[in-house]
Amino acid sequence: MINSIGREFPNEILGYKKVIPFKGAFSDTGIKEKTSVKVIAYKPGTEKILESITEMLHKVGMKDGMTISFHHHLRNGDFVLNNVVDAIAKMGIKNITLAPSSIFPIHSPLVDHIKNGVITKIVTDYIGGPVGEAITNGYLKNPAVLMTHGGRPRAIESGDLHIDVAFIAAPACDSSGNINGVYGKAACGCLGYAIADAQYADIVVAITDNIVEYPACPIEISQEFVDYILKVESIGYSAGIVSGTTKITQNPVGLKIAKMAAKIIDETGYVKTGMSFQTGAGGTSLAVADELKKIMKSKNIVGSFASGGITGYLVDMLDEGLFKNLFDVQCFDLKAIESYRDNPKHQGMSGSLYGNPNNKGAIVNNLDVMILGATEIDTDFNVNVITGSDGIIMGGSGGHSDTAAGAKISIVVTNLIKGRLPIIKDKVITVTTPGESIDVIVTERGIAVNPKRQDLIEKLKSSNLPIMTIFELKEKAEMLTGKAKALDFTDQIVAVVEYRDGSVIDVVRKPVS
Amino acid sequence: MKRLRRTMLFIPGNNPAMLQDAAILGADSIILDLEDAVSLTEKDSARSLVKHAIKNMDYSSIELVVRINPLDTEFGLEDLTTIAKVKPDALMIPKATQQQLLDIDFLLDKIEKEENIENSSIKLIPIIETALALETVYEIVKSSKRVIAVLLGAEDLTSDFAIKRTKEGEEIFYARNRVSTACRAARIDAVDTPFTDTNDFEGLEKDSRKAKSLGFTGKAAINPRQVDLIHSVFAPTAQEIKYALRIIFAKKDAKEKGLGVFSLDGKMIDAPIINRAMTTIDLAKVLNIL
Repeated sequence: MINSIGREFPNEILGYKKVIPFKGAFSDTGIKEKTSVKVIAYKPGTEKILESITEMLHKVGMKDGMTISFHHHLRNGDFVLNNVVDAIAKMGIKNITLAPSSIFPIHSPLVDHIKNGVITKIVTDYIGGPVGEAITNGYLKNPAVLMTHGGRPRAIESGDLHIDVAFIAAPACDSSGNINGVYGKAACGCLGYAIADAQYADIVVAITDNIVEYPACPIEISQEFVDYILKVESIGYSAGIVSGTTKITQNPVGLKIAKMAAKIIDETGYVKTGMSFQTGAGGTSLAVADELKKIMKSKNIVGSFASGGITGYLVDMLDEGLFKNLFDVQCFDLKAIESYRDNPKHQGMSGSLYGNPNNKGAIVNNLDVMILGATEIDTDFNVNVITGSDGIIMGGSGGHSDTAAGAKISIVVTNLIKGRLPIIKDKVITVTTPGESIDVIVTERGIAVNPKRQDLIEKLKSSNLPIMTIFELKEKAEMLTGKAKALDFTDQIVAVVEYRDGSVIDVVRKPVS
Repeated sequence: MKRLRRTMLFIPGNNPAMLQDAAILGADSIILDLEDAVSLTEKDSARSLVKHAIKNMDYSSIELVVRINPLDTEFGLEDLTTIAKVKPDALMIPKATQQQLLDIDFLLDKIEKEENIENSSIKLIPIIETALALETVYEIVKSSKRVIAVLLGAEDLTSDFAIKRTKEGEEIFYARNRVSTACRAARIDAVDTPFTDTNDFEGLEKDSRKAKSLGFTGKAAINPRQVDLIHSVFAPTAQEIKYALRIIFAKKDAKEKGLGVFSLDGKMIDAPIINRAMTTIDLAKVLNIL
């Protein structure tokens, strides 16, 4: 079948559920049902703390074929996922479906478990590191399922993704299972991505290296959801946890892109009192925040909120009074963690509140300006953030599709040329976010506005900025690099890319080696 | 309106990534450098790289200048003949002397004729960086009709004097005045020496303002991050523009009333002040401030 943006895949995909093709960003709204949840009523005095990981796995009845989940708030400093999966493998268990909210390079031991059949299915929002390569090369028995940060809680709430056991890494936990992420040596801030897991999984295990006095206030995930508590030596190392933010780029090309992006935001009229803003944690994205700050200050603008993964830069903007509040789904560094802990204006949000398309309104719907990245963009403005130019999985939507859909203006900032390859193609290798959600592309050599946004084109008519069609931008790139050779793919589908609503927007095929 | 030359950004000629991005870094002029940025063992490959860059990249949005090696080195002549053939806007001549410029002018006449290039289209920008050059700067400027600007090279100049080069720049005060005067007499651009501490933006601004106050029309940059700041210094301020507009309107007003001379804010406004106001407005228009 061919979906509404022209991507082709089989009517049935082996190892994947019923294929529903993507029909448009807002094609699936209306009445939705939430699945029913099994809870165990506990008698008072029930002991939740368990002594060893083996005892825990027996208590939860870990067996072949189960689906287990983890959150990724410990990022590349996480020990929990590896320790649990290693222990499961030692028990001789196979065919586990792994559903972490994201995967990082530290999770590379999964490659062996994949090859050995311990893990035969993976459902996640982002894959960084060797696991992506292993999946692309076809080692995982079933196709991986790539979701978004908003689509994952949707899937959990609707029952599309049923979790048998949710393992929640807890930087601070009390004897009744109340969890917070702001205290302890592995403090990571808010736990937004774990909330749907806690509420809907059959069994919930808190894994902590820090049992605190009762109660573990401020409570992020409460004892009403937690079945068992496992105390371990260490859940993660803080250097890996708090290093999510890079520095503002010093690269003159990146700075130029950032300046132009900030000017676009200004000239299209989105710099105004009460504005809201979100950007990524990479060097150029931070530079955009920095340039926007200068414009906001010069015009005495106070915004309503900044959101997303929160970095120290956004905390500074909050403290300087440029925004009234922050909505935080993930803390990228220590400054963000401390601000989340101490400042009531810095609010947490669950993954569902952040970007679930199936509720009565997610925060992304309130967002004005969104700054995004891309590995590739095609002439329909479809964006790829999943595979690199070599066709290997190296990322994932994360919140890309969610924010792009909700924001009033979505701006992609990117170099026009990376390595010696043009970023703009006739067709991207993998579509993550559909072109209808992408409004402007800013590169150092030119800016393209989506023809669907005639209102923006009007506003930018008398601009000094180098505005051109996306075809002209593509030509500019190709004049420098020549046309890139197309990659060859086999028919083997190694991953299914689900849009926020669970429909299939694209698939990842194994490249010909 | 003549081309702006507020910034001239040095780009090492042996760095392909920078050659590729040079035109979009925001400077008015870029100087592809075959001289001091390139080590002796790399001189020939840099020359080849720059030649190919000029032939294949689009530098049409900026002024393209190449700093060749001095003619009395083993590289200079080869630089000149190779680069002239690909028609940069100008050649920058280090350690400039009158004789050097005469020789280069002669050679360029020849090459332009051989290559069917319009005569005198390749311009020259001498660098004043020796005591002798400073002493004879006006003669150097006048030695060739191709000379369109002069760069003051304070690092080599102070070295020639065996004196210390400082951020405050007291030691080059006379040199700046002399170069600026000669340029103004010849009605060409005077480009100030680069500020070498690329992390000191406060110092860069001070230094640029000093140069502007002595009559320099632009400044060399050695890092793209210096460009915007230098531009803001060499652009008229909002106040200056406002005042200039008031002068022009007052002049119009006076003319309609049949008055030859007029005053504004108690000050008599005569021709030189009016001219300066018009220059300010022209510059503001080109910079899209007006």
